[in-house]
Amino acid sequence: MASTESMLTMYRKMLLARRFEEKAGQAYGLKKIQGFCHLYIGQEAVVVGVNEALRESDWVMTGYRDHVHPLVRGADAGMLMAELYGRDTGYSKGKGGSMHFFDIEHGFYGGYGIVGGQIPLAAGLAFASKYRNEDRVTVCSFGDAAANQGAMHETFNMAVKWKLPVLYIVENNRYGMGTDIARVSSVPEIHKRAPGWAMRGEAVDGMDVLTVYEKAKELIEWIRAGNGPVLLEANTYRFRGHSMSDAATYRTKDEVELEKQRDPILKLRQVLLEKKAASEAQLDAIDEEEKALIEKALAFADASPLPPDSDIWTHTTVEEGEPDEKPRERVLGAKDVKWPAHPTDFKVTWDLEPRSKPDPEAKKGAKS
Amino acid sequence: MAELAYREALNQALAEEMERDPRVFLMGEEVARYDGAYKVSKGLLDKFGSARVVDAPISELGFGGLGVGAAMGGLRPVIEMMTWNFAILAMDQIVNSAAKLRHMSGGQLRCPIVFRGPNGAGGRLSSQHSQALEANYAHFPGLKVIAPGTPADAKGLLKSAIRDDNPVIFMEGELLYGVKGEVPEGEHLVPIGKADLKREGSDVTLITWSRMLTAVVLPAAELLAAEGINAEVLDLRTIKPFDAEAVAASVAKTNRVVIVEEGWGYAGFGAHIADFISRECFDDLDAPVTRVHGLDVNMAYAENLERLILPSAARVVEAVHQVLYR
Repeated sequence: MASTESMLTMYRKMLLARRFEEKAGQAYGLKKIQGFCHLYIGQEAVVVGVNEALRESDWVMTGYRDHVHPLVRGADAGMLMAELYGRDTGYSKGKGGSMHFFDIEHGFYGGYGIVGGQIPLAAGLAFASKYRNEDRVTVCSFGDAAANQGAMHETFNMAVKWKLPVLYIVENNRYGMGTDIARVSSVPEIHKRAPGWAMRGEAVDGMDVLTVYEKAKELIEWIRAGNGPVLLEANTYRFRGHSMSDAATYRTKDEVELEKQRDPILKLRQVLLEKKAASEAQLDAIDEEEKALIEKALAFADASPLPPDSDIWTHTTVEEGEPDEKPRERVLGAKDVKWPAHPTDFKVTWDLEPRSKPDPEAKKGAKS
Repeated sequence: MAELAYREALNQALAEEMERDPRVFLMGEEVARYDGAYKVSKGLLDKFGSARVVDAPISELGFGGLGVGAAMGGLRPVIEMMTWNFAILAMDQIVNSAAKLRHMSGGQLRCPIVFRGPNGAGGRLSSQHSQALEANYAHFPGLKVIAPGTPADAKGLLKSAIRDDNPVIFMEGELLYGVKGEVPEGEHLVPIGKADLKREGSDVTLITWSRMLTAVVLPAAELLAAEGINAEVLDLRTIKPFDAEAVAASVAKTNRVVIVEEGWGYAGFGAHIADFISRECFDDLDAPVTRVHGLDVNMAYAENLERLILPSAARVVEAVHQVLYR
């Protein structure tokens, strides 16, 4: 059971995520943000519940609906907003935009614009951890529609076979863009496919942050113990369209209204009030604080310069001796940036495919 | 210097780099217990164990992407593609992930990975197995592309590729694995992006790379020598970034150029070199740049048709006559 402190943290982070996305949506309407922009509104319980069960040293990656994954891990809201605004102070210096957030300092390894492209990459991150005998877990989110990509099948087969420490989360919001997942899937309940790879697969109510947290905690412990990957299907719902240009006419108003009654933020608020963990006034104050934080983020993005023209020539290839960019250090002058320092000298002890010593008698037999 | 087959030179490079750096591992189909489909990884499993020489399932997109992720996570993977024809299945991860990670992350991430395997026609394999695909990869910013033509260059360039901090496409010649040549022992590094003058000459420059060097261009140079034509042979070795300085220097010397590549002519890499020469070396030219390349058709199985589709020494000689107006 989550502690009161942890529940309040999750409440705060869901609001942080919600307010960030609402303002991003507004800024999009004002054309301050352009291109494709996919909001996470409605799905907050998934990312926040899982994050609460992770260690700082764990790694996270997702698809293109990626604004709040780094945000709840501790990324600077102003620098994320600046990336949406295409400014020099953004995490990727305006090279990535909405779909390609990266914050390595906080273990966020990216937003990917090719549906399902992150699935094999996460297995690779987990492979690297296991190869160096580290107890890190990698969490990889993807949408329901990505589950129909071949990359998922290919990756799950290897991840199970090699017991890679990775938690795959299907953020099932029921629609791949405008297509109901059930219309194009022979098994639309995606976790039910897991046994086909001898993989542990489970489902969870993705609109209930406490349930998500408890389940994620259990699964992450199981993975960290060396049992291999898990597929967790979080059944959730996005309150907005697929992207900013989607009016979402493929869903009825009634359906959306019904789902909005399951708003994960209201749900946790109810629990907190019932438990007398906080008063209405205290919870409202949290919201006001997060709103103020986002206002500051917008002001920071607005006041930020565009990247210099000369930046088109940087970061296509790594020149010899070129260091990595540490965004918070570069932009805010932060001195406390922790950067992954991977060892270059270690012994690989993992026997990925143990085999018994060849039988000398059998070899003799083969020769004759 | 030892005389080694191209495959043995590659094997040495892999073993030396894996010995030197525990972050380097090899993954691909049949690379471990089978010793590699072309025996490039022979003996490496016994030497380095099953986490460093990994037999992958037939899932090019899957293990290609897994390799990219491992590179993001601080390792230096060498991903063997059984042939570059099969790597087309992994194109998404090579192009949309590996080549763009540094960029999309605004310089936060690097992707030190080598994708390697045989390229070009293997002999009587028809169209799905006989493609020279270097031009495809040369097109994408963020990738380096290497295509060595000799055992010594294969070893020295593979070592450099493994030490490079960028994704490198390393294209071996499917028909080169058995070709022997002198290979310097020990720390033999060939820099990426440097061409090599394989034959000095004064009348015409033949620019080429990979298998065309020994199979077509050097024999053509001998035929030309018998006619009294002294051809210079420039082996690019690296397709991207190519050695513009060496090309310009040779053109300034001979004033005539024939580019020889195994791949298709249409949007082939030779067209890029020809474009460079026409813009940067215009005043040095005494004749239009001419190209000899694979015919723009799918490869046939029949022996006579395959022979006609691939470049030949005779076609190179004919092209040289053309640029010399003979």
